[in-house]
Amino acid sequence: MQTLSTDVLVIGGGATGTGCALDLAMRGIRCILVEKGDLTHGTTGRYHGLLHSGGRYVTKDPQSATECAHENAILRRIMPHCIEQTSGFFVITPWDDESYGDVFVANCHRTGVPVQEISVAEMLRREPALNPRISRVFEVHDGSADSFLATHSVALAAREYGAEIRTYHNVVDLVRVGDRVVGAIVEDLRSGERIRIDCTYVLNAAGAWAGKIAALAGVTVTVVPGKGTMVAMNHRMVNTVVNRCKLPSDGDIIVPIHTVAVIGTTDVHVPDPDVFGIEPEEIQFMLDEGEKLIPGFRQYRALRAWAGVRPLYKDKDVASDRDIPRTFKLLDHEERDGVSGILSIVGGKWTTYRLMAEQTVNELARRLGNTQPCRTASEVLPVPRFEHRAHAMVTVSTDPAAQTPHYWLGKPLALVESEHAAGDLICECELVTRDRIVAAIDAGAHNLDDIRRDVRMGMGPCQGGWCIYRTANLLYERRCADGLSHTHANEAILHFLQERWKGLTPVLWGDQLRQARLDELIYAGVLGIHRLRALAEPGGGLVTQHPAIATEYVQA
Amino acid sequence: MDHIELSLTQSLDHCIKCNICTSACPVAAVTDVFPGPKYVGPQAQRFRHAAQPVPDASVDYCSGCRVCNQVCPTGVRIAELNARARAQIVAERGMPLRNRIIARSGLVGRLSSGPHAPLVNFTLNFAPARWIIERVMGIHRHAPLPKASTYTFRRWFKRRKPATNGRRPQVVYFHGCSTNYYEPHVGKAAIAVLEHLGFEVIVPPQRCCGLPLLSNGDFPAAQSHHEYNVAQLLPYARAGIPIVGTSTSCTLTLKEEAPELLGLHGDDIRAVAAGTYDIFEFLRDLHQQGRLRTDFRPIERELPYHPPCQLRAHRIGRPVLDVLGLIPGLRLRESRAECCGIAGTYGLKREKYQIAMDVGKPLFDFVRASGQDLALCDSETCRWQISGATGVATRHPIEILAEAYGLSV
Repeated sequence: MQTLSTDVLVIGGGATGTGCALDLAMRGIRCILVEKGDLTHGTTGRYHGLLHSGGRYVTKDPQSATECAHENAILRRIMPHCIEQTSGFFVITPWDDESYGDVFVANCHRTGVPVQEISVAEMLRREPALNPRISRVFEVHDGSADSFLATHSVALAAREYGAEIRTYHNVVDLVRVGDRVVGAIVEDLRSGERIRIDCTYVLNAAGAWAGKIAALAGVTVTVVPGKGTMVAMNHRMVNTVVNRCKLPSDGDIIVPIHTVAVIGTTDVHVPDPDVFGIEPEEIQFMLDEGEKLIPGFRQYRALRAWAGVRPLYKDKDVASDRDIPRTFKLLDHEERDGVSGILSIVGGKWTTYRLMAEQTVNELARRLGNTQPCRTASEVLPVPRFEHRAHAMVTVSTDPAAQTPHYWLGKPLALVESEHAAGDLICECELVTRDRIVAAIDAGAHNLDDIRRDVRMGMGPCQGGWCIYRTANLLYERRCADGLSHTHANEAILHFLQERWKGLTPVLWGDQLRQARLDELIYAGVLGIHRLRALAEPGGGLVTQHPAIATEYVQA
Repeated sequence: MDHIELSLTQSLDHCIKCNICTSACPVAAVTDVFPGPKYVGPQAQRFRHAAQPVPDASVDYCSGCRVCNQVCPTGVRIAELNARARAQIVAERGMPLRNRIIARSGLVGRLSSGPHAPLVNFTLNFAPARWIIERVMGIHRHAPLPKASTYTFRRWFKRRKPATNGRRPQVVYFHGCSTNYYEPHVGKAAIAVLEHLGFEVIVPPQRCCGLPLLSNGDFPAAQSHHEYNVAQLLPYARAGIPIVGTSTSCTLTLKEEAPELLGLHGDDIRAVAAGTYDIFEFLRDLHQQGRLRTDFRPIERELPYHPPCQLRAHRIGRPVLDVLGLIPGLRLRESRAECCGIAGTYGLKREKYQIAMDVGKPLFDFVRASGQDLALCDSETCRWQISGATGVATRHPIEILAEAYGLSV
């Protein structure tokens, strides 16, 4: 068995783990990060994309509110290419308690969350689709964030500082000598090969899976996997994040992100973060709630539904999962459980990932005798190669404000236009060119779903109807020299079709049903996909059906 | 938002990416600069944001022919999405001088027509002048421009002796710019036919319908034109007096193009829209009611007929074939061509002239192959395009109808 050695082994390739790896590497601490799937495979890649202003937490979780407000400003500075400055509204609808408005404002002031009341007329001028019966509107600094891209940027920076990041590496055991954890056994899911990683500290940043990791060290960490289901609508009927002004509950937020508007979320306790389904009632409930914010919401096209599991850390008995604080907690298992060599960072949310990493690494650095200060709040993150070429400044007008490196919705369209690449689109819905797909493959994507996370291939209205076979072809072209055969490419197609289908089944009515029927005709009727199973096999560096990563969305 | 407005803005949701529109689009078939209706329509629309810079310009190569709307199996309002996207570009980046001029067909017509028209026509036929115009203005030197008339239709109408034989049913005639300034004979034929059928014809004050402004993206100006015309026409519409027009694009604009693109859905606008008819649609209705005179002289001819895109967008079938089919001896051969290419002012533009000619080629071939020296078409700019490209004379079908009735125009 190959043995590697490092100072800190980070477990979990979500926002938190990747953020910790960067912070460690920046301070010169050696680290290896392992993730059983692709980066963002867990909860980071399955949320609605809200960059919190803090507004949602001002009443029930003031500490989180303050942390969000603080981190919000930092993230806008260090990852401008990942964040869309949508702004956010908290609105009081006829179904909400009118008196909460004043409480909300007072609590915003108390927690340092910037807020300003605007008139309903102004709200309707900016967002004509919103319900005109809304009585009060409070504007906050919400935004939307591309968590895939952000995590890749963080990972890229971490690698540049010397961190080693291994995706599709599943932790199968922690090595414990007496009361000390001294390393881990990980399995490379691509080859089945096992590797031993010796380290001074294991950092458990596995989010909703942190309890499972801790158990390998014989330690109990109660993480309540709170399933949140979301529905992406085909286009942005609003360009501002819209929240109901009430205590956080189900279906009370719409986030415009990229080409879609996401309504979220539910909160259902599930026993296992790997086993959960999406129930029809959840979808219907959210659409009903959407109607209250945007009359006619049900008439818009739903693209797909998905769910993520919140990594809520349950310290003691709390009544409802929504009452569990959204703040994070660093657990020192030596002090808590008498097991040294392992720390767990639990709870929290995407918006506060950097702060979580900072506090965690402060503690690790202190123990390792490293005195370097944290610099993650000031260093601007790099842009991965598969992002639009050279992340070109797009000049569409002489207005300097328009020539921006920041995210704007029209950027992919402007780039395709300026490069005359309309004839070279692989994914037409999301305007993904051949160059970007190839760059994602060359950067190490292991299957079509990885490519999707990198460049949004297959995420548009046709949900892969036209781009899956094209992308599979490119994957084969780029990898056949490395031993990828056509049977592996076939496996990649089947895997990705199945992944897309999971998200389609909860929203099969109207336009999306029509689309699914056309897609079925393409794949089953024209291409005979049902005959492909006999000609497909896993392998060739693809990771598709491994049980460690393929169990999500199983009906509970 | 009311349901009509919602049906337009939401219609991008119906796109299933099937590419049928792209296959049918006559512009995408002949040029690579236009990525096709699916691309610039429902696909690009997901990337446009009312408060952010317009990301694309290629939507401007949509000619607005609406073939995409006709073939879409799921009802996406592609042409309307494109027109609105172009208007957003114009609102943000301004409008080139050339477009500002050619979009104002009323103003151009007023300046060109009159006693000095021969001089204007000579200049516009004079190659060096056209070369300069192309250089300075960007209007292609070979683009078909109409001949200005030495008198206007309105002036002729005002001076003629009104027919006064008792009380007759009334009808309003919307002549449009081309009849007024370039082809008064079309209007004279319409008046002659309508009066022959026993109507008193009213010609209220009117401005350009605004279609050239809409198709060049100047929505605010188009709106002021439309509101003026609605104000003039409303009393008649309210009184149940039909409004008929010989320009199939003007009538389409009054019926739905202006209300839909501009998002105007008030009662007055709807009343005028509901009371407006293409003239042959009106005549066919009369025939169905048994009120159309059929005292036709035979015309022993077989003529090519092109139903223009703007007529097909009315979704009223082919009323010209229905009505002219009553004339003994006359046989019309319908072109199956999608579009003549001109699309109003599109084919005049230097950068789009060749596209327009390539789009129209199947139609030109059809007209030439007919071996006839005359072709029929309801739309003026299409007639000019067909004649310009083929050298075959073109007329509005109403002129043939007047001839069949033996009316001197």
